[in-house]
Parts: sequence; structure tokens; C-alpha cells
Amino acid sequence: MSGVRVLVGTRKGAFVLTSDGKREDWKIEGPHFAGWEIFHVKGSPLDSNRLYASQSSGWFGQLMQRSDDGGKTWTPVGNEFTYEGVPGTHQFYDGTQHPWEFKRVWHLEPSLTDPDTVYAGVEDAALFRSTDAGLTWQELSGLRGHETGSRWQPGAGGMCLHSIILDPTNPNRIFIAISAAGAFRSDDAGVTWKPINQGLRSEYIPDPTAEIGHCVHRIAMHPSRPNVLFMQKHFDVMRTDDAGECWHEVSDNLPSDFGFPIDIHAHEPDTIYVVPIKSDSEHFPPDGKLRVYRSRTGGNEWEALTNGLPQSDCYVNVLREAMCVDTLDSCGIYFGTTGGQVYASSDSGDNWKAIVRDLPAVLSVEVQTFQ
Amino acid sequence: MIRVILPAHLRTLARLDGDLELDVGTPVTLGAVLETLEKCCPVLRGTVRDHITLQRRPLVRFFACGQDFSHEQPDFVLPEEVVTGVEPFIILGAIAGG
Repeated sequence: MSGVRVLVGTRKGAFVLTSDGKREDWKIEGPHFAGWEIFHVKGSPLDSNRLYASQSSGWFGQLMQRSDDGGKTWTPVGNEFTYEGVPGTHQFYDGTQHPWEFKRVWHLEPSLTDPDTVYAGVEDAALFRSTDAGLTWQELSGLRGHETGSRWQPGAGGMCLHSIILDPTNPNRIFIAISAAGAFRSDDAGVTWKPINQGLRSEYIPDPTAEIGHCVHRIAMHPSRPNVLFMQKHFDVMRTDDAGECWHEVSDNLPSDFGFPIDIHAHEPDTIYVVPIKSDSEHFPPDGKLRVYRSRTGGNEWEALTNGLPQSDCYVNVLREAMCVDTLDSCGIYFGTTGGQVYASSDSGDNWKAIVRDLPAVLSVEVQTFQ
Repeated sequence: MIRVILPAHLRTLARLDGDLELDVGTPVTLGAVLETLEKCCPVLRGTVRDHITLQRRPLVRFFACGQDFSHEQPDFVLPEEVVTGVEPFIILGAIAGG
């Protein structure tokens, strides 16, 4: 029987939401790790029972958890993230050089080829990999060691590596994005990296078209078309057709081109979704209306999706990790808000309903599909 | 035996129901207690002090006998009441937030 399992990370724990393929009735389980910030929970594409979770606390630091039974039970695994060699420095808010300091894991990306391999994007920005199911972690230090590394600087949310995309057709190719350094690509499995920010324009940096320094909020790829990426930047929604060599803007008629998440329909590579937010200083939807915007043309020509979403007095935010899609025949779209709601659409975004309304602020939403 | 009281989150993490009793060699220093704690409960490594620098995490505190020993060095010898188990060694999260 088909079904979905939605993995929700919040400020105060993780929740697992399950439903059959109709996605009408939901079972809510949690909180797991009550009281802890759960930045991200994600399952292996090779073993649906293998889940990884990033558990964090301002008091007690970073923990990593692994489940081998689909989230019923969890085991703490390795939590030692040590930068390789002498960590060096990056640019700080005040313009001085500041030592790299590990703070937390923002994003977990399980391997497409090995359930025991998982990547972790961390703050201060670096990429780590475990090949033993999370017991130990090694830095892929070529990224942080890039010649531009000492010029990277944090965005308002910290200097986080938040997006990791593995190319399903080329095991050597990895895309990542950092706030506020930009997007980078490796073509040798993470050994060396190149900035892929040509075409981005950011008025909040001295040189708006600089090689690095862009506040990329999220990037997304459809597995059938790995050279096409979409990006939600601090401002602007962008597209590349050549694996990041050059980007062009596809914001068009959006009510605001600021936002955090971006995702792609499971079966329509040119159908993309964003949630416009008013601005960098007003992190809530324009006009108090929570609207998902959909483009069916690979960017531009955006339509507002509102049916079932609050259209007045709504002032929540939707964070960068908090949107995902399932792969059922009628594609499901999910997103979570800082107000604790998780909304789902089982018809590609035409109609929405809240699966759950009163969770702690939602940090991340991922979904596993069972056909 | 040294009696150690952990904050609720760390008790849950270490799957402990109540206080912990640790057999710490002499002298009973702050560093020795933490080292023994981490050997006894490896899952707590990195939660009370940093993996590498062994520095106390900024929002963790060490109390005993009505005193704050958070800022003492690892070779600081704990009071006799703690050494004999009369008084507990308390690890707790600092008051923070609103």
C-alpha cells in the first residue's frame, strides 16, 4: 500500500507524520528528542528505515542520531566535527578575521549509493562526510580551503552550509550552498570546488556580481535533469541550465522575490514552488497572505496557490529546509511554518490543508514515499 | 563514590533514571570527574565540554556545596563533602533566555 512519512524538525523536537497514499488522515508521533532543536531529519533513499537527525542545543551542543527502524527508536552516533588541519579564519561581521568554529549541523544528505554514507553541512560553513552510518565524521576540507574561504562571511542566520545536492547521474558531482558565500560545485567527489555564482546579482555586497558573497538561501535540482538548478536567493529566484556556470533570474511576477525554500515537482521538472516572504527585514508573507507560488514553465509566469492557506493576518515564515515533495503519482507538496503548522497538498499545490497546527517552530520538513 | 546530578536532557540522553555514582580515582579533581563521566557515558562526550579543547561549554555550570566551581581549572580538587559522597556534584544548564 502506498503512503508517506513526513519528517519534521522543530525548535523543540522532531515529529513523524504518516499517512496512506490518499494523504487525508494523518498520524502524528513525537516529540522525539523533546526540548532539543532538530535542524534536519532525512532518510536514506536506499533504506527507508535508515534516518539521520541533527539534534542541537545552545547548552549541550551538537548530537547526531540515527534510526534503523523508520524513527521508532534512535541511537546517538558520532558528534565530533573537527575541522581538518589548522582551521584558519573567515571574515566576521565586523570585517575582522575570525577563527572557524563549529556550531551545529544544518543539513544532512544521505548518499544515493550507500546507506552508511551521509553528508553533513555545518555552521561555520564546511562539508563533512561519514561512511560508517554517522559514527565518525571527516571534513571534505577542499571546500573550506578554497582560495576564497577567508573572505566568506556569515549571513544573519550564521555562516551555514545548508544545501547539499548529489548528482544522481554523476557520483563525482556535488553542489552545495552557503549563506553568505554562495553556491559551489565539485566535480571530483568533494576534493576540489569552484564557485558557481556567475549571473547572480546582490546589491547588498560591494560588488553586486562578485565571485562570492551572495546569500543563497536554497538550491534545488530535479533528478532527471541534473544540469538544471533553481535557486532562491536572499532576493531573486534564479535558474541555471549548465550546472551553475551561469544563472539567470526567473522571479518575474512574484509579489516578492525574497524567500527561503524552493522545490521542484516530482514528475514535472519545469514545475517549481517558492513561498514569497515580504523582505529581509520583514520575515512574513506579503499582505499577511500565506501563498505558495508555482511556475509551470521552469521559472517566471508564477501563479498563487491559496486554496486552504490562510489569506489574512498570517505572519509566519517558512524556512529554507521546510519544504519538500513526495513522489506519489499525484505529487504531494509539504511545508512547515515558524508558527508550527505543517501544510500538505496532495494535488501538486492546488489545494492545501494543515496536517498539524501547533508544533514548535518548524525548521525542516522532509518526506519519504512508499509506493 | 562521587554522586553526580545531571540535567534532565543529559539524563535522558544517557538513559539514566536518577543520579549517577562515579568511582573517581584520587585526587578527585574537576577534570577527573568529567573524564570519568565521559568514560561511563560516552554519549555525553561533547555535551558538557568541547571534544578537543576540553573547555566547559559556555552554558554549562558546575555547582557543589552551595558554590559555583564552573570557572575552576581541571586540576581543581573538589571539596571533601563531594569526595565522600555527602554532597553531590551538580552539572546543570545555565539560566538563559527570557
